[in-house]
Amino acid sequence: MATLIAPDHPSAVEDAEALRKACKGWGTDEKAIISVLGHRNAAQRKQIRLAYEELYQEDLIKRLESELSGDFEKAVYRWVLDPADRDAVLANVAIKKISPDHHVIIEISCTRSPEELLALRRAYQARYKHSLEEDVAAHTKGDIRKLLVALVSAFRYDGEEINTRRANSEANILHDAIKDEAFNHEEVIRILSTRSKMQLMATFNCYRDDQGTTITKKLLGESGDEFLVALRTAVRCLNDPKKYFEKVLRNSIKGIGTDEDALTRVIVTRAEKDLKEIKDLYHKRNSMPLEQAVAKDTSGDYEAFLLTLLGKED
Amino acid sequence: MADLEALTKAFSGIGVDENSLISILANSNHEHKKSLRKGCSKFFIEDDNGFERLHQSTVKNLKLEFKRFRDAVVLSLLHPWERDARLIEKALKQGPRHYSVIVEIACTRSSDELLGARKAYHSLFDHSIEEDLASRIKGSERKLLVALVSAYRYEGPKVDEDVAKSEAEILSSAIKSADKRKPIEDEDAIMILSTRSKPHLQAVYEHYSKICGKTITEDLEAEGILKDTVECLCTPATYFTRVLEAALSVDADEESKRALTRVIVTQKEFMVKEGNVLNKIQGILTGSYKDFVLGLVAGGKN
Repeated sequence: MATLIAPDHPSAVEDAEALRKACKGWGTDEKAIISVLGHRNAAQRKQIRLAYEELYQEDLIKRLESELSGDFEKAVYRWVLDPADRDAVLANVAIKKISPDHHVIIEISCTRSPEELLALRRAYQARYKHSLEEDVAAHTKGDIRKLLVALVSAFRYDGEEINTRRANSEANILHDAIKDEAFNHEEVIRILSTRSKMQLMATFNCYRDDQGTTITKKLLGESGDEFLVALRTAVRCLNDPKKYFEKVLRNSIKGIGTDEDALTRVIVTRAEKDLKEIKDLYHKRNSMPLEQAVAKDTSGDYEAFLLTLLGKED
Repeated sequence: MADLEALTKAFSGIGVDENSLISILANSNHEHKKSLRKGCSKFFIEDDNGFERLHQSTVKNLKLEFKRFRDAVVLSLLHPWERDARLIEKALKQGPRHYSVIVEIACTRSSDELLGARKAYHSLFDHSIEEDLASRIKGSERKLLVALVSAYRYEGPKVDEDVAKSEAEILSSAIKSADKRKPIEDEDAIMILSTRSKPHLQAVYEHYSKICGKTITEDLEAEGILKDTVECLCTPATYFTRVLEAALSVDADEESKRALTRVIVTQKEFMVKEGNVLNKIQGILTGSYKDFVLGLVAGGKN
């Protein structure tokens, strides 16, 4: 369930005017920006952008980019974009890093629905004049490359049907492939990147029933082995995305310092989807509400914005 | 003898000219027909019991002629997405000798047409194309074919010449190392061919020729599916011309003839341009199949 609190029929024109007012003059009224944008869903935000463009002949996003700064600006920028466009930006940022963020690419390609992944691929082409898969291919190598390209290119069957016999046989294939020293990467990549999500969950369940342990535990091995780590991420995202996101949030906050990129990414991308359940998982696991942890670890407008998206009442 | 020629043609399986068949038979007496049969040794053999027996394969051919007409009608009626999904499914079922059809569809359709075929495949078969290809193809072509159907290529004109040049070199070295590793299994070659845009690949093709003195397709002569891939992506007109000529040649097998229907139905724009092949079709095909085919091409001009 979403954590976003948004009214049913806001006026895009009034919102655009409010934002304009917040940005005019010497300073910026960040609170006003948060109170408008932090309470609008994707469709409403799109209307606001259109209204703003029509009223002021200016791109709202560019205006916000110039008015805001730091983590707050990054968060608002990502929030205001269309979901598909946002995913494209996140993917591109992950790919272009000196050391690409494989886990972000895996997270996006494995937790989005098949249609969302297609929308992402289209948006990516429009923005970057390359296909997503060619950029991933150009910036990675070896088995990781094969896995990532396969995952971003997938257009999985979206149905509920499961073939139990196949789930069993592919659970065995995965088991053999993992325990084998030679590790048959091809088969693992094939199964993880082509099967439907329902089929994969059945396969993972068969694995657990046969082996007495989950496939993710089995993959725990070497954290130095980049491919194994990637596989584990993929399996976790495919099998139980909410649990995965809880862990990303937990890791981003715990310890010294905060991984703002990860924190922003999860909150912004899930606020309209399943952040409520993720919050509940977090609370159960850490005996503390997520809002409290976020408040401890962040400050200022950035904190206020995140808390708003987390469903804090004004 | 004109009658013999007409009869041979009628039994060759590329269109049956009902009218001329009728006129020959209606005007032949017993002796004439016997001499026709004896002269038509390709289709009639001397049976031990003292008569000229029709070859079993000719019976099949006649059946196929009408089947071909029916196939052409059905193929052109289907929504292109369903059509391509069904062609891929059939090719997969039929086995490795038919995989070039999968290459043809994956590489000659636009990005959105291929996407449409993938969607249609979900609806028709409750699986994704890539999962069926990946689980059923066991040979060395698997990786390439799965990658090709999964592509959603950028369709803009922008090309980075430096990248194209270096990728031409990568392909060249993959082909040269054929004795160590099959080019069709070379990961870099697969990545290039399955992720890059078509304009980019055409630039790669040009650079390759400059670097190696031969075209990629010439160097891939022995490589079947891989050659088809490059041809379909870089020089589709060459590919389709080759398929059509094989289909229209005298010793064309059934598979090649079926390709004729497929190409004509799916490549109307190409057919309109290909005056040469069109003339051949005029000369070789007969009957209702020919009329239908010419009608399709004429429609393609619109």
